[in-house]
Amino acid sequence: MKTTVIIFPGSNRDRDMIAAITKISGHTPQTVWHTELEIPASDLVIIPGGFSYGDYLRAGAIAARSPIMDALSKTANRGVPIIGVCNGFQILTEAGLLPGALMRNAGLTFVCREVKLEITNAETQFSSRYGQGEIIRCPVAHHDGNYYADEAVLKKLENNGRVVFRYAEGTNPNGSVNDIAGIINERGNVLGMMPHPENLIEDAHTGDDGRRLFESALGLVA
Amino acid sequence: MALFNARVTVTLKNGVLDPQGKAIEGSLSALGIAGVEQVRQGKVFEISLNADTKKAAIESLNFMCEKLLSNTVIEDYCVEIVA
Repeated sequence: MKTTVIIFPGSNRDRDMIAAITKISGHTPQTVWHTELEIPASDLVIIPGGFSYGDYLRAGAIAARSPIMDALSKTANRGVPIIGVCNGFQILTEAGLLPGALMRNAGLTFVCREVKLEITNAETQFSSRYGQGEIIRCPVAHHDGNYYADEAVLKKLENNGRVVFRYAEGTNPNGSVNDIAGIINERGNVLGMMPHPENLIEDAHTGDDGRRLFESALGLVA
Repeated sequence: MALFNARVTVTLKNGVLDPQGKAIEGSLSALGIAGVEQVRQGKVFEISLNADTKKAAIESLNFMCEKLLSNTVIEDYCVEIVA
């Protein structure tokens, strides 16, 4: 099993992600630096959280134009599962691999706390180990997580089961439209989400609700 | 080739909520400044570029906006040559 974590200048959740994948799968992910032009054969590719390029211009904007992104786009087109968490989600939208945009939190403050997520589609390759409608705990930590898409895009997302995670009632931390916390692309192999499932995978984290996301993604490709 | 000085303005599209603009509105009101209907916050880029003609310079600036300077999902842009 091969997992790849892509690292940009300013990524800072890469080590959490690598630790989580290593503990869950028993395999240590390979890392790819943003200036590289190829992504080695992988069963799962992850863009971790952080503040690539200091969020200059727009969160994820500069990273989304990095040399590695052509290879990421090709990898996505081959159907390889890709997960972008937090800044990774911002980069995927900026790169056009996922629709919509992540704007400044509606409350204008950085939010770092735990929220509740509803599994709104348990039939994706990233959520199959959860129950439909299940409510899980998950930490968030971001300043620009306010998901926005126009009516036409929202309709497509909602009507095609592409909203995978929604902030459970009363826990939307950032003003995201329709309480959207995580979406997949049309093909279903690219997931972007603001919350950090890699930070809730073992007792030391006080729970393991995030673990099944990785088990879902890795189980399918094992 | 000539040097053109351009100003590129990037603003949120109509209908896209602008919490920063709202906060500024609130602050202006707190300062006792009356009459403000609405504030929308945007970005201004001052760009000097070399191009054969003004038309080529504008084309290049539009390309920059589409590729990087704006996120056309949420933002509009406006390009002008100032000198």
